Amino acid sequence: MNRFAALLDRLTYEHGRNNKIRLMTDYFRHTPDPERGYALAALTGALSFQHAKAGLIRALIAERTDPVLFGLSYDYVGDLSETVALMWPTDPSQKPNAIPSLSEVIETFSTLGKSQLPAQLARWLDALDETGRWALLKLVTGGLRIGVSARLAKTAAAALGGKDVTDIELMWSGLEPPYLDLFAWLEGRGDIPSTTDPAPFRPAMLAHAIEPPDFEKLDAADFSAEWKWDGIRVQAAAGTNDDGERVARLYSRTGEDISKSFPDLVESLRFNGAIDGELLIVREGRVQSFNVLQQRLNRKTVNAKLLNEFPAHLRAYDLLFESGEDLRDKPFIERRARLEKFVGALNDPRVDVSQLVPFETWDELTAARGNPASAGAGEDADAVEGVMLKRRDSTYVPGRPKGPWWKWKRDPFTVDAVLMYAQRGHGKRSSYYSDYTFGVWTTGENGDELVPVGKAYFGFTDEELLQIDRFVRRHTVDRFGPVREVTHDPDTGLVLEVAFEGLQRSTRHKSGLAMRFPRISRLRWDKPPREADRLEALEKLLGSVEKDGASADAPLVPEPSAT
Amino acid sequence: MRAEDILLPTPAGVCCKSGGFHIDPTRPVDKAVITHGHSDHARAGHGAVLATQETLDIMRLRYGENFAGSTQALRYGETVALGGVSVTLHPAGHVLGSAQVLVEKGGFRAVASGDYKDVRDPTCAPFELVPCDLFITEATFGLPVFRHSRTQDEIAKLLRSVELFPERAHLVGAYSLGKAQRVIALIREAGYDKTIYLHGAMEKITRYYEERGIPLEPFELVKGSKKFELAGTITLCPPSAIKDLWTRRFPDPVACFASGWMRVRARARQGGVELPLVISDHADWDGLTATIKATGASEIWVTHGQEDALVHWSTQQGLRARPLDIVGYGDEDESDGVSDAEQAGNSA
Repeated sequence: MNRFAALLDRLTYEHGRNNKIRLMTDYFRHTPDPERGYALAALTGALSFQHAKAGLIRALIAERTDPVLFGLSYDYVGDLSETVALMWPTDPSQKPNAIPSLSEVIETFSTLGKSQLPAQLARWLDALDETGRWALLKLVTGGLRIGVSARLAKTAAAALGGKDVTDIELMWSGLEPPYLDLFAWLEGRGDIPSTTDPAPFRPAMLAHAIEPPDFEKLDAADFSAEWKWDGIRVQAAAGTNDDGERVARLYSRTGEDISKSFPDLVESLRFNGAIDGELLIVREGRVQSFNVLQQRLNRKTVNAKLLNEFPAHLRAYDLLFESGEDLRDKPFIERRARLEKFVGALNDPRVDVSQLVPFETWDELTAARGNPASAGAGEDADAVEGVMLKRRDSTYVPGRPKGPWWKWKRDPFTVDAVLMYAQRGHGKRSSYYSDYTFGVWTTGENGDELVPVGKAYFGFTDEELLQIDRFVRRHTVDRFGPVREVTHDPDTGLVLEVAFEGLQRSTRHKSGLAMRFPRISRLRWDKPPREADRLEALEKLLGSVEKDGASADAPLVPEPSAT
Repeated sequence: MRAEDILLPTPAGVCCKSGGFHIDPTRPVDKAVITHGHSDHARAGHGAVLATQETLDIMRLRYGENFAGSTQALRYGETVALGGVSVTLHPAGHVLGSAQVLVEKGGFRAVASGDYKDVRDPTCAPFELVPCDLFITEATFGLPVFRHSRTQDEIAKLLRSVELFPERAHLVGAYSLGKAQRVIALIREAGYDKTIYLHGAMEKITRYYEERGIPLEPFELVKGSKKFELAGTITLCPPSAIKDLWTRRFPDPVACFASGWMRVRARARQGGVELPLVISDHADWDGLTATIKATGASEIWVTHGQEDALVHWSTQQGLRARPLDIVGYGDEDESDGVSDAEQAGNSA
């Protein structure tokens, strides 16, 4: 448990992706089975046991500490698990309990009765040190939150054997903690684990963003185009296992099993194969905006009301497998033809095929992208976020190969906002002010004032970062820990052109709205802050999004066309 | 006799009327007894200063020759009569030269402990328990959540990270006086014998420690080293420097911070620390409470830090306890830093 705790501890502070991988790989290399396997399970969220409730933890600490001291401590630390981990009393005169291994904790926890839980937890807490207790409490309350995705943890495991994470993704759903066969294979001591899973995840093929100069090198006749729907890219896999049972799963594009959140759609996956597609909310035949879909996401419980109000739908792009036959090395047009037949045979209202966008020349496609409604998307045009270009002869290659597939997103919305606060970045950017809070004008009690509308920390070049950093240091008017407030008067300040994909209402922000995917698109040194945009303009845009969906082609400030 | 007959808390520090002196006054006074060299306790401009030789040396290094009208050095255990009281200094285990001040009058013993810690430190004399009637304690880490780790575990964490990331530089933020030298000594004890690099602000004090017979070498200043040469090395710098322009001379630096504050995650994250090292020169909660009990004192004054919790605890133990509202202690962290402007100049 101590090693695992030390790993978690270090991961919580580490921001760099590659450094996180290094830390995990180092742990897997130096930690024996089955301990490391359970750690991999914890990191990938593959453990399923009844989590301990905060109330139980509170009761344990209340029995052991003075309430005033606990109150002062909790107030200072601000996190229950951490407070308890730090102030858990230990009696140095007592012989300490044996430090539990992670395996012991997980194995015991999954079989323990509810009534035995508090005493067992207390025995473990007695045995561990501060970091160990913290990790234990995070683990049993189900709140690791260490900024590591399942895929990142698998990548670190793959690195142990110099393998590709894709290989692990392929077999993952057939593996069980503590993954002895997986580690044996990674260390060259065993064969590749065989998977008899009828519905495994196949790593997704992704596209590069197309830039105007790219078109010159491409022949429109080589490509097929389809709408890029603004939902969640998913893979739907289904089949029958050795025992004759039906298995159907829905995966995110990174391979996370999200079936539990979409039981309504999983029920419709009555086929043998794997479909690449987009998860959408469709009401009365109309695709809803991403804002609507978001209300279905990240819910702890999926109840009947939610299922009813936000019916999930799969819009199919591609067919990877059909009845055990791997189609991925077939050309796209062939897969596409098979897909249409496949979905036709399924004949389920929750699953349909994404329509192709007919075009002969790039100009025709430009026109279609500019007006999806009249180019076939019809009433669903609001849920289109651009077009996808796929070479007609492209095979389905995992990862993001350059050339076969391109995404051509609609132009973003833009707004001219004023830089208000800047915060230091992390890792390599830790000496730079690289996270920016920006605001737009609104009418306040004392005339016009700026109200923050968002935060962005990318979109600028390295050179622009240096310029902004210099501006921040020279125009600081106040400091709050790592945050600096910079001059933002009508006449002095920095105007940022912020590009974003959408807007939604938010109670968390003072301005009442939140931007989707905001980034700095240009520095407007030429513009005085007084000429920046007003909140009313954003509200108007939001109003049109809510009413009939925003037309991405009517940006707040017209963006020069990408072509 | 009452405690207040011998020592009197004032906003400028604890005053001994019959001895005619203040202890660690925060404003200039005629006569001061100084517990240790940190800038929040040892200020320039007093008439006469009584302290250990090391504390006087450190004040001279930091403030220049004329930091006080006159000075008098006292060895640990040596007693002097001042006015109607006698004064003895005892090791406080905080930094080199740090002392607790025992003031006696008519059989009543009062101890002003300054800052102290009751755990091993290879760079200074160990804390000595001085039985007394009145004990004046700090409370920097006066909450039960503050329990410092074993220093060797923290150093092992640092060295393991240096090994794992050989292409990166490790920057360890540490207060220039005491903590930096202790961290270096602990690294040496762990068997690391390569050159350790120093920020310019640490040079004088570190050389002074070395002169006093505390082996820290080899060390050298960062200034002048090329970026690639700093890969895989350890550099000690003031805490404020680990996140500033100065760090751009290092290859992909890992920001470490050696401090008792690192026990609390929010604190570490707020400072942008990537590798927190829980190493403190102050007693932790267990240290504070054990020391208070062991002195046998029936009256406890708490000077600075988390007074509420320690006063509450003392009261629960049946002791008379009160917080002292002395303004200005506990600022060494701030004053020890180097401002952005200085940093910018430094990096030019």
